[in-house]
Amino acid sequence: MLSFHSITDSIDSWLNHTFSPTVALLLECTIVAIAAIALFATLGLVLVLMERKVAAFMQIRMGPNRVGPKGMFQSLADTIKLVMKEGLTPDGADKFLFNLAPFIVMIVAMLLLAPIGFASGFQIWDINIGVLYISAISSISVIGILMAGWASNNKYSLLGAMRSGAQIVSYELSAGLSILSIVVLSGSLQLSDIVGAQSNGWWIFKGHIPVIISFVIFIIAVTAETNRAPFDLAEAESELTAGFHTEYSGMKFALIFLAEYINIFIVCAIGATLFFGGWMPLHIGNWQSFNHIMDYIPSSLWFFGKTFFLIFVIMWFRWTFPRLRIDQLLQLEWKYLLPISMVNLLLVTVMAIMGWYF
Amino acid sequence: MIEEIGTTAEGDLVINIGPQHPATHGVLHLVVTLNGETIKKIEPHLGYIHRSIEKMCESLSYRQFIYVTSRMDYLSSHINNHACAMCVEKGLQIEVPPRAQVIRVLMDELTRIASHELWWGAMAMDLGAFTPFFHAFRERETINDIMEETCGARLTMNYMVPGGVMADLHPNFQKRVKDFIALYKSKISEYDELVTGNIIFQGRMKDVGFLSKEDAISYGCTGPIARGSGVSCDIRKLYPYEVYGQVEFDEVLETRCDSFGRYLIRLREMQQSIRIIEQLIDNIPGGDFQAKTKAVLKLPKGEFYARAETARGELGVYIISEGGTTPYRIKFRSPGFSNLSALDHMARGGKIGDLVATMGTLDLVIPDIDR
Repeated sequence: MLSFHSITDSIDSWLNHTFSPTVALLLECTIVAIAAIALFATLGLVLVLMERKVAAFMQIRMGPNRVGPKGMFQSLADTIKLVMKEGLTPDGADKFLFNLAPFIVMIVAMLLLAPIGFASGFQIWDINIGVLYISAISSISVIGILMAGWASNNKYSLLGAMRSGAQIVSYELSAGLSILSIVVLSGSLQLSDIVGAQSNGWWIFKGHIPVIISFVIFIIAVTAETNRAPFDLAEAESELTAGFHTEYSGMKFALIFLAEYINIFIVCAIGATLFFGGWMPLHIGNWQSFNHIMDYIPSSLWFFGKTFFLIFVIMWFRWTFPRLRIDQLLQLEWKYLLPISMVNLLLVTVMAIMGWYF
Repeated sequence: MIEEIGTTAEGDLVINIGPQHPATHGVLHLVVTLNGETIKKIEPHLGYIHRSIEKMCESLSYRQFIYVTSRMDYLSSHINNHACAMCVEKGLQIEVPPRAQVIRVLMDELTRIASHELWWGAMAMDLGAFTPFFHAFRERETINDIMEETCGARLTMNYMVPGGVMADLHPNFQKRVKDFIALYKSKISEYDELVTGNIIFQGRMKDVGFLSKEDAISYGCTGPIARGSGVSCDIRKLYPYEVYGQVEFDEVLETRCDSFGRYLIRLREMQQSIRIIEQLIDNIPGGDFQAKTKAVLKLPKGEFYARAETARGELGVYIISEGGTTPYRIKFRSPGFSNLSALDHMARGGKIGDLVATMGTLDLVIPDIDR
C-alpha cells in the first residue's frame, strides 16, 4: 500500500539526488511551507462551512445551499468578499500593533501545525519536545489578542482582550495538566512516541477513569483557550459586539477568523493524538485479526475522523450552550478544574508507576 | 456626555452600549459607567427613535389613531389596538358584541404567546445561545400565519376597531389554532431541556438582577417583571375586561425576585394563555363581529382611561376630549418605560454579562419606550 512515508521518502531522495544537499533542504522547506499554507487555507474554508452546516443542523434549518452543490463554495465566496473589502485602520489606533496583531495570531496557528502527525510517517517536524512546543507556542496567541484589543483604541476591544487574557492564561493550566497526564503515561514528550504508545489501545480506553477525567478537562480547557462558546467571552457578541476584533475588517478580520478555526483544528488534533491515538487505528490488545482489519483503513482517515469528531463536539457546545459570565468562568477554572486536574495528575502518576493500565 | 455623570471617578470606564448594539434588541442607548467589569451606573438615553406618536394621534380621528399604535409595542400590536379601542368605546359607551369580545381575547392571548416566544429566543441569544431563537420562531411563525389569514398582517395588525374587530374570523381559524396548541404542547418540553434546565443558564440567571417587591412597586414596574417580584398586577385579573372575567386562568406569581423568576413567569404565562385559548376556541358565540357605530366618531367632552395587559405589562390609554373628531390630548402609559427605569437599580454592582441577562428578562421593545 502506498503510504505517506514512501511518498515523502521518494521526494526526499529525488531532491537530494538532483540537487546539492543545501538546495534540496531549501526546496524541501519551501514545499513544506506551501503545503502548510495550502492546508491552512483549505481547513479554514472547510471548517467555516462545517460550522455553518452544524449550526443549521442544530437550528432546524438548511444552512448555506446556494453557492455550488449544497452550498460547498459558500466559504470561498465569503473569502473573496473579505479579500475585496477595505481594511480599515481606525483613527487613533496604534497602526503598527493594530496591523501586526492578526499576523501574530495567524503565525502562531501555523507554527502549531508543525509537530502534528497527520498520518503514519507524515509529520512536518517530529520534535522530541512536541507537547512542550505546543503548550509554549499556543500561549503566544494571547499576545496577539491583547495587542489587537489594545491597539484598536476601542473600549469594547479592550474589555474583550482583557477577558481573553485572563481566560487563556487560566485555562492553559488545566489544559497543560491534562496533557501532562498523558505524557506521564506515555513517558515521552514526542508526539510520535505518544501515538506509538497507543498501538495496543488508545489512552482513553487504556487509562481508566483518570484519563477520561483529564480528557473532559482537556476538552473544556481548549474550548476556553480557543475562545469558543460557551467560553467566548473575548468576543461575547451580545455584550461586547465583537470583543477584541470589533475594529478589524476585510482581510485582517479574515486572518483572525481563519486563525480561530485553525486553532480549533489544532487543539482537536492534539486531543485526538493524545487521547485517541492520533493516526493509530483502533487496536484492542491482542486481538490480532481485529487489529489487522482496522489497519486496512488508511491512517490519515483515522486521524481526520477523530479530529473532525472532536471539532463537531466543540461546535455542538457552541450551538447549544449559553455563555458563562467572567467571574463564573474564572471560578470554574480555579475552584474546580485546576484542583481536580491536579489530583487527577497524581492519580495518573500512581497508576503509571504501579502499571495499573492495560 | 462623560461630564454629565457625577459619580465618574478616576479610572472608570464609560462605554456607550447602543444605540446600535446587538444586546439592546433595537436602538436603546445606555451609557454605562464601569469599574473594570463591574457596573457602577447605567443611564438610559432615550429619544433615538422617538416618532412623537402621541402628537400624531392628536391630529388623527378616533378611527385612525389606532393604526399608529400598532407601531408602539410592535410585538403586542393587537393588545395596543385593543386598549385604544376600549378607551374610545368607553367614551362613546359602545357595547361590544360577544363574538367580537371573544375574538379580541383570543387574538390578545395568541399575541402574548407570540411575544413571549420571541422574548424567549432573544433572551437566550443575549446569553450567547443562538439555537433557542430558531426553535422559538418555529412556533411563532405558526401564530403569525394564523394572524395573517384573519388580519392580513403579520406584525402591525390593525385588527381591533372601535366597536369590535375589523373583519370576521377566517374559516380556518379554529382548526389552525387547535393545530398550534397541539404543536406547542408537543414542543414545550424542549424549552426546558434546551434552556431552563441548563446549568450555565441557571448560573447566569439565579440571584442576578434582584428587584424586591417594594422596589418593583416604587419603580412602577408592571407585567412579568413585577409579578416576578411577587406583585399581583395582572390587569386581566384585577380589572377584567371583555371576557377575561368569565375564563379560568391563574395569575402567575414568583417570589424569587431575580432574573430566573422573571424567566419562569413568562414560560408559565404562555401556558396560561394556552389555557384561555383552549376554553374559548370552541365557544366563539355567533352574531356580529362589530357593533353598529357612526361613520364619524365624536367623543364627548371629558377624560377617558382604559388599560390592558400587554405581553410586557400594563398599557394605559388616556384620552382628553374636547368633543371634536380628534382627541385633544393622548397619553400612553407604556409598560416598557417604567420597566426600563428599574434597570439601573437591578444591574448596578453586577457584571456586564449580568446587565445583558437582566435586560433580556425586562423584554424591552424600544419603540414602546420611545414613542
